[in-house]
Amino acid sequence: MIIAGPLGNLMLGKGMKSIGKITTKISSPGELVDVLARILSSGTIWLGIASLLTFFVAYMLVLSWADYSYVQPASAIAYGVVALLATLLLGEAVSPLRWAGIAVICVGVFVVGHTNPRTTENPRSCSKSSSLR
Amino acid sequence: MFEVLFFALIVVAGTAGELCVSRAMKAIGEVHDFRPASLIKVLLRALRIKWMWIGVGLMTIGFFSLLAILSFDNVSFVVPVTALGYVAGALGGRFFLGEQVNWRRWAGILLVCAGVTLVVIGKG
Repeated sequence: MIIAGPLGNLMLGKGMKSIGKITTKISSPGELVDVLARILSSGTIWLGIASLLTFFVAYMLVLSWADYSYVQPASAIAYGVVALLATLLLGEAVSPLRWAGIAVICVGVFVVGHTNPRTTENPRSCSKSSSLR
Repeated sequence: MFEVLFFALIVVAGTAGELCVSRAMKAIGEVHDFRPASLIKVLLRALRIKWMWIGVGLMTIGFFSLLAILSFDNVSFVVPVTALGYVAGALGGRFFLGEQVNWRRWAGILLVCAGVTLVVIGKG
């Protein structure tokens, strides 16, 4: 989940950059279809989609037992991974302030990661099942 | 201008979509069996839930907005900014799914927001 998500985003970024800035390209419905066709015929974009699908399946399985407002922040460690891979693989320039921002996001993740993953269940049955283990 | 619109779509449609998917998966219940055959059964059951379809539709809108933004902005800028979905996620989890968000989680979410602010300021 933590590797597949960032890798997918990276490949989408690479694929879309090769297509070019779409807001200056699309001024008629015909051009929209043309750009969509180019997006859907890009191998890099499909690799990115496959990677994000892997991420999505792992994410759904986790969501079936843990609270959404816990899972979403906990998966944010991926933001650090994205920036790191973007500098290493795509050669993106990341300013010190941006690194600082990403570090603060990770601290936020750490704080959230120390809360109970499940709050909608009866707390008594929770403690019972853990004492059984 | 387009940047703001696309970011708004990613955050609002993407988060609302995830909340709908979460609601659908909660209706299915905890997944214990990870063998391929039973996973396919879970998937087929998920596809029969209305919230799953609404969620996937909203996430599709969010996904194409992400593609649009990635055509002109760097990944290392776009992805951290999409963390704005955390505020929407916490609010939605609290009011739409009835989850309890304690002060500690709120503090973490606020830190994430502060980080996003730094990333946006550091763009120039």
